[in-house]
Amino acid sequence: MTGFHGRRGVAVVAFAQSEHSFSDLGWTEADLVMPLVNEVLATTGLRRSEIGFTCSGSNDYLVGTPFSFVAALDTIGAWPPISESHVEQDAAWALYEAWVRIQHGDVDTALVYGFGKGTVGDYAGISSLSYDPYYIAPLMPGDIGMAGLQARALKDAGFDVDPDPTPPPATDGAAAVILAAADVARGVCPRPAWITGLDHRIEPHSVGARDLTRSASTRQAALRAGVSAGPVDFAELHTRFEHEEPLLRRELGLEEDTVVNASGGPRKADPIMATGLIRIGEAAARIHDGSARRTVAHATAGPCLQHNLVCVLEAGEEAGEAGED
Amino acid sequence: MGNRCAVIGVGQTQYRAKRTDVSLAGLVREAALRALDDAGLTFADIDSVVLGKAPDMFEGVATPELYLADALGAAGKPMMRVHTAGSVGGSTALVGASQVQAGVHDRVLVVAFEKQSESNATWALSTHSPFSASLVVGAGGYFAPYIRAYIRRSGAPGNIGMMVAVKDRLNALRNPYAHLKIPDIDLAMVEKSMMLWDPIRYLETCPSSDGAVAMVLGSERAAAAATAVTGRRPAWVHGAAMRSEPMGMAGRDSVDPRAGRDCAADVYRQAGVTEPRRQFAAAETYVPFSWYEPMWLENLGFADKGAGWKLTESGATAFDGDIPWNPSGGVLSSNPIGASGMIRFAEAAQQVRGQAGEHQVAAAADGAGLALGHAYGGGSQFFAMWAVGAAKP
Repeated sequence: MTGFHGRRGVAVVAFAQSEHSFSDLGWTEADLVMPLVNEVLATTGLRRSEIGFTCSGSNDYLVGTPFSFVAALDTIGAWPPISESHVEQDAAWALYEAWVRIQHGDVDTALVYGFGKGTVGDYAGISSLSYDPYYIAPLMPGDIGMAGLQARALKDAGFDVDPDPTPPPATDGAAAVILAAADVARGVCPRPAWITGLDHRIEPHSVGARDLTRSASTRQAALRAGVSAGPVDFAELHTRFEHEEPLLRRELGLEEDTVVNASGGPRKADPIMATGLIRIGEAAARIHDGSARRTVAHATAGPCLQHNLVCVLEAGEEAGEAGED
Repeated sequence: MGNRCAVIGVGQTQYRAKRTDVSLAGLVREAALRALDDAGLTFADIDSVVLGKAPDMFEGVATPELYLADALGAAGKPMMRVHTAGSVGGSTALVGASQVQAGVHDRVLVVAFEKQSESNATWALSTHSPFSASLVVGAGGYFAPYIRAYIRRSGAPGNIGMMVAVKDRLNALRNPYAHLKIPDIDLAMVEKSMMLWDPIRYLETCPSSDGAVAMVLGSERAAAAATAVTGRRPAWVHGAAMRSEPMGMAGRDSVDPRAGRDCAADVYRQAGVTEPRRQFAAAETYVPFSWYEPMWLENLGFADKGAGWKLTESGATAFDGDIPWNPSGGVLSSNPIGASGMIRFAEAAQQVRGQAGEHQVAAAADGAGLALGHAYGGGSQFFAMWAVGAAKP
């Protein structure tokens, strides 16, 4: 558990996600988020005033409006004013920011949420706008075209994958998680999912500067998060494309008997900017419901798995203790 | 608050209407390399990178941290991208500081930028969501009614805003990075300028700038090592906080927002500040429209409610006053929106490091004083602040 000695024990104590939709039901981001916030608060019995830090993840371009997170804030009951921040990234990174904040020692709980309305935009176009604006974006390659480069590279390297990737259906949805430090976690959750490893790494943007048959940043994050320190019962991987699974399995060092994406994974529900957080939530839920002792969650961003986050979750008092000061 | 955190390097670009000489990557790299140089470090010494900017529509590049990872030497490291509206520069500094305070990293590079010449800010700021009506007013049109409410409540004379505009532009003449340099500015020139959003005149509003700012934040160990190499002292974080409140809540006071007051109270508690006007030697605050100086003087507790304008009128906030506000020239003189908050944080740090050059406030460099960095955003609803000092907290 490299990097986790001396860290404060923090657990995922509640997770909720929307009934994801493949069509626009007319719900705003705020409509998507509010029921989930209420649900995770109800699950833990925590009051809004007991949440020490709040962090969310979203992307303005999905609905084509600046400050889409501002409207969401209107729904979470930010009164009296709250200590709050936002990342323009998948909310898995919002969870990372919240985990870091809890390490200070003065805050014991955090609310993390993410949301995306993928159905109202053209994601191939939007994702093109996130590439290098001078050389790549004008070509409008889109997420599928870029994924195709990696699928072909993997196929040529002997992986048994379809070199013609299909994306998951555009999805509207959201997710919310509550994190709690050791003492609080035990009080609000019968089986806390202790975070015993959490790390993320980015790679060069240019796919020409990378070996697409590897995911160096996933391997690096997995090593630092200590994935191989024990058996992994379930893994939830941010695989928007099928060919990414065998690559990630290898880079994470997962054994054959590890069940991947028992939830259905991003192929069945991909509310962009919540999809990664849902991986952590689903991996935690397997511990909450007693079906697993140790799980791994993965989130990604950027073309061809440029940026990868790995989170190890464990059941049991020992896991909570291991992380404590 | 966790472990101690210090600012060990600061870098700024020139702020201009158009930086056509650099790409987005070139712009952020210019600031980052200057910050690293100031800290006596290279990219290889950095553990983690945190990037902040306002809406991606300002440049038309979505989630630009992905593309900018290479230019900022982030490959192989953790990288975060913060977006909290106008306060984002401040929030980005705090997210980076948090990683040091948590004991997760030793040296964090925080960078904030905006290249507003790539787009039209008023268009990009005017919400055109499919779900709600757009005001299509930009920031000036949004804040003008709040300012009118402030004037009505406080009974402030009509020339206070113009006094701030003149003061900040005179300060900018001392700042080599400042965008607006108007050597002969005076009240008459400001008064004659076009009324844009009554009562905000053209010369009472901030410019649209291209620019970037970066800081290297370090642990106690990193700070000692940097000082040993560079001979420059760090600025220690004495207090840091963020606060947010809903935009659409009936009954909230958007002129004197509670989130601003609560954020300041949290920072002051951590830093042991009970009399901000006396204990801060300088303040760099987010004043994009002139009247926000008296408004924030009250919101941040430097003056009683309704009396902020009297401090401005008396000259207390001028460069030679007892509590200089925005000695750098402030947002009124340079405004790359996503960077503006971090510029405030960085300028506050430079004051207590004694590195502010021609706009150095003497009292801030004596090693005992504190300086305040402040940013706000959204509908006066997002706040980020820190108090920094030369003495170890």
